[in-house]
Parts: sequence; structure tokens; C-alpha cells
Amino acid sequence: MISLVLVSHSARLAEGLAELAGQMAPDVPIAGIGGLEGALGTDFAAVHAALEACEGEVAVLYDLGSARMTAELAIESLAEPDRAVLVEAPFVEGAVAAAVAAQGGEGLRAVIDAAVSAGTRAEATAAAEGCVLAERAGFTAELVNEIGLHARPAAALARAVAGLDARVTVTKGGQRADAASVLGLLGLDARKGDSLVVTADGADATRALEAVRGLIESGFGES
Amino acid sequence: MACTGEDVRAALYRVVETVREHRDELVELDRVIGDGDHGENLRRGFDAWAAAPTGESPAEVLKQLATTLISKVGGAAGPLYGTAFLRASTAVRDLAELDAAAVVAALRAGLDGVVARGKAEPGDKTMVDALAPAVTAAESAVTVSEALEAAARAAAEGAEATRDLVARKGRASYLGERSAGHIDPGARSTALILRALLP
Repeated sequence: MISLVLVSHSARLAEGLAELAGQMAPDVPIAGIGGLEGALGTDFAAVHAALEACEGEVAVLYDLGSARMTAELAIESLAEPDRAVLVEAPFVEGAVAAAVAAQGGEGLRAVIDAAVSAGTRAEATAAAEGCVLAERAGFTAELVNEIGLHARPAAALARAVAGLDARVTVTKGGQRADAASVLGLLGLDARKGDSLVVTADGADATRALEAVRGLIESGFGES
Repeated sequence: MACTGEDVRAALYRVVETVREHRDELVELDRVIGDGDHGENLRRGFDAWAAAPTGESPAEVLKQLATTLISKVGGAAGPLYGTAFLRASTAVRDLAELDAAAVVAALRAGLDGVVARGKAEPGDKTMVDALAPAVTAAESAVTVSEALEAAARAAAEGAEATRDLVARKGRASYLGERSAGHIDPGARSTALILRALLP
């Protein structure tokens, strides 16, 4: 499994982001490293130690310019620098998207892609896809859970389709989102009572649709 | 002017003093267009080095300073000055004594390191605007003193000229046009450090 190291100027920001991303990816090792000697700053030695402590490959995200430089130096000084990659992505959205991709068992490349494309809202996703809904298998379902398609349900949905050979699209009104993108799903701002159209293509389309239908109809396990 | 490892250490002690003296000025410059920590970060880094300097050759002295700055500074100045001194250390190899050519090679390597690390170009209102002209000015020098003198003068002019620039790198770049009218703190500290290397 891919690990994440989040480098910030602020200890609280790093810790909070690790917590936020971890909520959606409970099995992914996530280290938030921020602050220096109790003040704002980036701690080279702590970042280096966090990277060394990760087993296997690591995606590294940072908040601001000098955190990038500190992270870069820490990666360069690893015994195996090739196993860590600095990701140019929005810090919060990127970390959450990367964590969910890692939780889904994706490889380093896919985790990086998820982070980089994070922050792209549902509209943009839809425009880029340009797919024709009518030609795809699908169903319509109403959101029954109280909090709607919020962070945890969105993550559960993205996890359900991760690893399947299917492109799953969730549409609300005129907005479309890729079901693999937590942030795309959040961008739909779908709430209890909203009607969602879920479509899919690909070899595992049927399995993907069943999984998504099960989640939506069960209220994502909310009691 | 001879330039042994002992001389390099003496020059760096002068830098430590200068950074202490100008701490508040650098904080104030950085407070206006940045996050206000430059003077304190540099002071912490150089003081940490001064507390326990090691190394005999010029390269060893420079390398230990570099690793201390990388670990202790905390802000952008850590990786930037750290990379600069690290590259300078590599550039002077195992020379026991530096001549003008070695000093120029060290300055040039330091500049290359800063550019590689920070991705800034001349005119972006960064330390590159002090360091790049310093390297160019030092290149025609025959003695170490001449090289450092020329570098210090050019760096001071370069730092002063950042006043009119709009920042395109670093925290100040978030201010856009509002960053004009103030000297870049990184360019100022670069000029101060180069000036302090002269006895």
C-alpha cells in the first residue's frame, strides 16, 4: 500500500490534514509533519525520518513553497530516493484524493494522478469526459441517508468502484462526477432526497453498478 | 588573502555576527512582504552552526554549515542557503586553501543550487537577484579579496534593485503588485552575508 507524508509549516495543519485524509482511508499510513521546534516552519529531520519510516512507496504532499524544498531535500537524502515522489497538488484536496486512491489499492502512479487532478469540480470532470449517458448501463436512485453524499459516503462510493474495470459516472441534475473521484462526488453537493443517475461502462460495469446501488439504497450504512 | 578552512570558519563567524545584528531588519523586511520570519530563521540557523562548528577543510566547514541550516532554519532560507553552501562545498572539493578561481566556482555552484532548488529566475524578486550579479562580478577577479569585494558590491546593488520588482516566487508572490516598493529580504540577507565574508 502506498503511504502518504504531508509536509506543512504548521503542526496543527499537518496533524489535522492527516486526520481528515485518514478518516477516508483508515488503512493508509499517513504522516503529517509540520512545524519546527514548536513554531511555524518545516523540519527537515522530521520529514526525513517520516519518509524513512514508510515501507515501500510514498507520495509526498506539501503546503507552501519552502515545504516543497524541504521535502525535496528529504527525498534526495533517502537511501532509496526513487521510492518517494513529491506531488504537485492542492494540499487538502490532493491529500484526501491520494489517501482514497491508496486505500483502494491503487499504485503510486494512480495515487499521484488522483492528487493532481483533485480540486477539479464535477462540472469540469463532466466536460472532460464528454460521454453519452444514453449508451451506458445505469440506474436512478434517491439518496436516503441523512448527510447525503458527504465526505464519508463519497469515500465509500469511490472505494467501491476502485479496482474495478469500469468507468462509473454519477449525475445530479446537469452535473456529472466520476465516481472514483471523492472530490468530484463532493462537488455534486448531493443531499438527502436528491435523485442520482449512476451509469457505467467497462468490463466490470454491472458489478460496479450493483455495488454503488447497494451503498446508496442502504444509506451508506448509516443507521 | 589566504583562505584555508580556518579562514572560511572565521568568515562564517563574521556572517553569524552580521545575521545577529541585522535580525530585526530582516524580520521587518519580511514582515512587509512575507511571513516575517526570515531574520529569526537565519539567526537560529547560523547560531546553531556557531554553537558547534566542525570540519577542517573549507569543504568540510561549508558542508557542516549547510546541513545545520537545512535542519535548523525552518523557512525557505533553510533549503535555499543549505543547498547553496552544500553545492559550494562540493565545488571546492578537497582543496586545503581556496584561490580566487575556487571562490568563484563556489559562488557559481551556490547560485546554481539556489536556482535548482527554488526555480527562481533573475527578476523574480528573490535572493537570485543578489546572488546572480555577485557571481558575474566576481568572475574577473584575480584575488580572493577582489572576488569577494566585487561579489559583495554587486549583491548590494542587486538587492537594492529588488525594491522595484514585483515578486514572482515565494510568499511575497501572493501579494502581486503590492510586493513592489520593498526590498526582498532574501536578496538583502544574501548581500549581507557576502559582505560579511570579507574581513
